[in-house]
Amino acid sequence: MVMTGNYASAYGAKLSRAEVIAAYPITPQTSIVEKLAEFVSSGELRAKFIPVESEHSAMAACVAAQTAGARTYTATSSHGLTLMHEVLMWASGARLPIVITNVSRAMAPPWSVWVDHMDSIAQRDTGWLQFFCQSDQEVLDTIIMAYKACESRSVMLPAMVIEDAFILSHTSEPVDVPDQELVDSFLPAYAPELKIEVGKAMGFGSLVKPDQYMEFRYKAMQGMEDARERILSVEKEFKHIFGREHGGLLERYRCDDAEVVLVAAGSVASTAKDVVDAMRAKGVRVGLARIRAFRPFPHQELRALGSKVDGLAVLDRSYTFGAAGAMFTEVKASMYSLQRKPAVKNYIAGLGGRDITPRTLEKILEDMLVVSKRGAEDEVEWVDVAGLPRRWR
Amino acid sequence: MTKGHKELPLTPVSDTPSTINLTGLWRVVRPVVDLSKCKKCTLCWKFCPDAAIELAEGEPHIDLQYCKGCGICSFECPAKCIVMVKEVGR
Repeated sequence: MVMTGNYASAYGAKLSRAEVIAAYPITPQTSIVEKLAEFVSSGELRAKFIPVESEHSAMAACVAAQTAGARTYTATSSHGLTLMHEVLMWASGARLPIVITNVSRAMAPPWSVWVDHMDSIAQRDTGWLQFFCQSDQEVLDTIIMAYKACESRSVMLPAMVIEDAFILSHTSEPVDVPDQELVDSFLPAYAPELKIEVGKAMGFGSLVKPDQYMEFRYKAMQGMEDARERILSVEKEFKHIFGREHGGLLERYRCDDAEVVLVAAGSVASTAKDVVDAMRAKGVRVGLARIRAFRPFPHQELRALGSKVDGLAVLDRSYTFGAAGAMFTEVKASMYSLQRKPAVKNYIAGLGGRDITPRTLEKILEDMLVVSKRGAEDEVEWVDVAGLPRRWR
Repeated sequence: MTKGHKELPLTPVSDTPSTINLTGLWRVVRPVVDLSKCKKCTLCWKFCPDAAIELAEGEPHIDLQYCKGCGICSFECPAKCIVMVKEVGR
């Protein structure tokens, strides 16, 4: 079928047989839950659809339903996601494997409905797995895989599947929609060890004194660490059944023998692959490493890559004020234990939906080739800002 | 005895309901109901944030084991039949 990223999300949730969907509309997410509402009203999807009064309530409804043993789903964007923040923390602490789509959109002001990753990056410490997608197909597949990985006994944590606003959410691409029977054989019904049961008095989310609090956080940490292996094994099984894979935690594209590698997340990676191909055709040894899982972060995979290259150009589609781009900070930290460290430079680009063109990516890679030999004047550079002397287009 | 992380469930779940916490001791003022003025509108029962009011044939009876003395029932009562009185000598 030809469909948008948003419809791919809706089909992903439908194929995963989400049993409770709580949602509040927000641009550019709305068509996901509109499509799901259609599925529910037509009877194609047997689920309870709860229209709520805010995103905070949407996540609270998912938390409650998931605690009662239902598989839940919601979708949001930008200010909706940040309004959920408190309940996102609850979902991970309560070890509820909720899966949501966040259509990544810039935070206001200045008001914007277009892509950047500030909303998602701002949730990095909530204890959720975070997957940045590159295509509509990957959105659909990742939702199904996320349920399976997250519902593993060893993981039991929630996941956020991230699509770039408009670039994926509203762009139609050919998407293979797998058969329901195949998905059912891959993803069994949700059956948690602990849930609310009628006639059995239990208190969830009880007060825990300082002598036991750390032990629960330690267990959540173990869940996130175990997710690394689980993401890979689930994708391997997915590939075996459906014939597709999307790169595990870190997708590497033409990185073998590369001098310089661009590190990026989200839809810009598909543009970057074309740029890498074009530069390779001219004999320039460049590659792309796409951060697919931001949480858990692919430290080991990046170290293995970093030990073999001269430079990593880290492109961030958001900015952490008072520090640098969040991806850059983490990539650089990963390199610290290497004997032979590559040069690492941060390029801030594409905020608030500004296009990141092939020409801009080529200039970033050309800059990095110079930086990897001579060092950088600035470790963090804002790309394509009007009024700055340097030209990037 | 403190449990090691392996002996704990994934998330704290207790098999005793939170009603074991008798919150009435938090109270500094106590609601006193003049049932002769009560119109049985049940607003106090609806508004009580601790579900500490029981109705008997429409009349409110306050469960002082749990009432924290917040005064919402007294504030909401249209008949003004609930007054808050200082707890003394407890």
